[in-house]
Amino acid sequence: MTERITKSMAKNIYYGGGTFALLIFIALTFDTVHQIPERSNQVNMTESVVLGKKLWENNNCVGCHTIVGEGAYYAPELMNVFNRRGASDEVTFKAYMQGWMAAQPLAIPDRRKMPQFNLSNEEVDHLSDFLIWTSKVNANDWPPTIEG
Amino acid sequence: MKYTSQAVAKPYFIFALILLAGEILFGLLMSVQYVYGDFLFPLIPFNVLRMVHTNLLIVLLLFGFMGATYYLVPEEAERELWSPKLAMVTFWVFVVAGVATILGYLFVPYATLTEITFNELLPTMGREFLEQPLPTKVGIVLVVVSYIVNVSMTVLKGRRTVITTVLITGLLGLAVFFLFAFYVPDNLIMDKFFWWFTVHLWVEATWELIMGAILAFVLIKVTGVDREHIDKWLYLIIAMTMVSGILGTGHHFFYMGAPEYWLWIGSISSAVEPLPFFLMILFAFTMARDRKIKHDNEIALTWAKGTAVMAFIGAGVWGFFHTLAPVNMYTHGTQLTAAHGHLSFYGAYIMIVFTVVSYAMPILRGRPHGNCEKAQKVELTSFWMMNIGMMGLTLALSAAGLVQIFDSRVGTDLIGFMESAESISSIFMIRAGFGLLVFLGLLTYFYSFFVKEEA
Repeated sequence: MTERITKSMAKNIYYGGGTFALLIFIALTFDTVHQIPERSNQVNMTESVVLGKKLWENNNCVGCHTIVGEGAYYAPELMNVFNRRGASDEVTFKAYMQGWMAAQPLAIPDRRKMPQFNLSNEEVDHLSDFLIWTSKVNANDWPPTIEG
Repeated sequence: MKYTSQAVAKPYFIFALILLAGEILFGLLMSVQYVYGDFLFPLIPFNVLRMVHTNLLIVLLLFGFMGATYYLVPEEAERELWSPKLAMVTFWVFVVAGVATILGYLFVPYATLTEITFNELLPTMGREFLEQPLPTKVGIVLVVVSYIVNVSMTVLKGRRTVITTVLITGLLGLAVFFLFAFYVPDNLIMDKFFWWFTVHLWVEATWELIMGAILAFVLIKVTGVDREHIDKWLYLIIAMTMVSGILGTGHHFFYMGAPEYWLWIGSISSAVEPLPFFLMILFAFTMARDRKIKHDNEIALTWAKGTAVMAFIGAGVWGFFHTLAPVNMYTHGTQLTAAHGHLSFYGAYIMIVFTVVSYAMPILRGRPHGNCEKAQKVELTSFWMMNIGMMGLTLALSAAGLVQIFDSRVGTDLIGFMESAESISSIFMIRAGFGLLVFLGLLTYFYSFFVKEEA
């Protein structure tokens, strides 16, 4: 098969094809950037949500958990933890989070452990707000189940 | 060795291999902590182990690529390296920055690390694989820029070949896409979207150019096949890489908040992604078949064929398993991703580093015909130990991923993540066993460097 392709043909496919793919990619990038604010309900992204994201980053939560399917696979997915542990109710979830974060690490032998991060009550609320906001992102019907 | 400045490659190769040992060691520690949650806790929590494991991988590959480049560019350009001194300064800067970062991860709580490294000025930390503190990220930029300048100056003043053109294109891409590591929008979804510009476009586009160039160089050297022929193959491979890999970024945009059209675009383009890797197999084996010379360094050709095959299995086949959107709905964020990640990084990038080290290191040590037969035999043993180890580890992780999917995502009697974790703990023991085999394989590989030459 490759006998019929010459070096200059191969070169042209590389430059032509590569440029073509890159241009489509750039065009779609602009469109995606345009659509993300609506799909993620950016209007509801309060100051507390943004502070929660900072806490999420500064404590490297993604080093164990996945969020919207990305991260490490040591600990549960957290995009839908608001629905799973808070029954989609903000008051219930925030109370749950206060108790959960304070109880870490759980004294169950050989269970995977979550460190104690010593966050203030206010900080835990920011984290909750961040997770509540994330749970409402339109991720094309992912995750498939409440446990997943 | 044709040019004395090629010698700067040696410390790069040695340091890359030392980091690889560290990377695998931390992988082993993680595999134990996966099953025994109290192991090393709270001394080194999982996120720290993982950060060290993945960051060592990235840094060692950069060292490996740099070593490979400094070795091959003088020979391709037919002149000495523009500045061997700069290459050595870069080496030490990178070593110090790399070691300091790893020690920071291990001995300073991450939240404290963000505070003492000025993360507030320009927050970039706490994102998967890009956890490095700001000074390290800036250091990486400086190191990469000085490296590209050095290589480009050498090429511009010397002979230009397809291999160096492709290599420099890859390096420029690597530098440009790393800049997205400095862009962290407040909106998590926007953040994720641009995060992939670094992560995907490194491993599934620009690094493939680098890999292709290194593979082509080694194949020319050990098979003696005509350069025109090799060039054509290289162009064909990277053409397929670009056409499939750039829009293939879409397979990460299925279920993270990006629009629906990525479901189609990502699925279609990434269905083509195995093709460049398949071409690499054809490339390596055709060149080996049509070889004009029989180089005494046979193990280098074995690695070259091996990397093509393992990259195809890891990146091509294992990637394809979960790259179609309806399948990815269930596999997204499971151990199947980890399985694919492990085998593709090993097959494509760790093995291309082994390939070039296996070819170049004997020459750098004054053995133009390769190591002695006995040393090559030891190396071949390590080749199989590591390949079998990685394959076994990948199969175990895949099995774990499937169990996770059936535990928590398909059917009616669903169980939670942590209960599912218990049901896969025996699979994780097997995974740890194969991981140990990989580590023993690496030690065997190291031993091959110390086999005495026959008189």
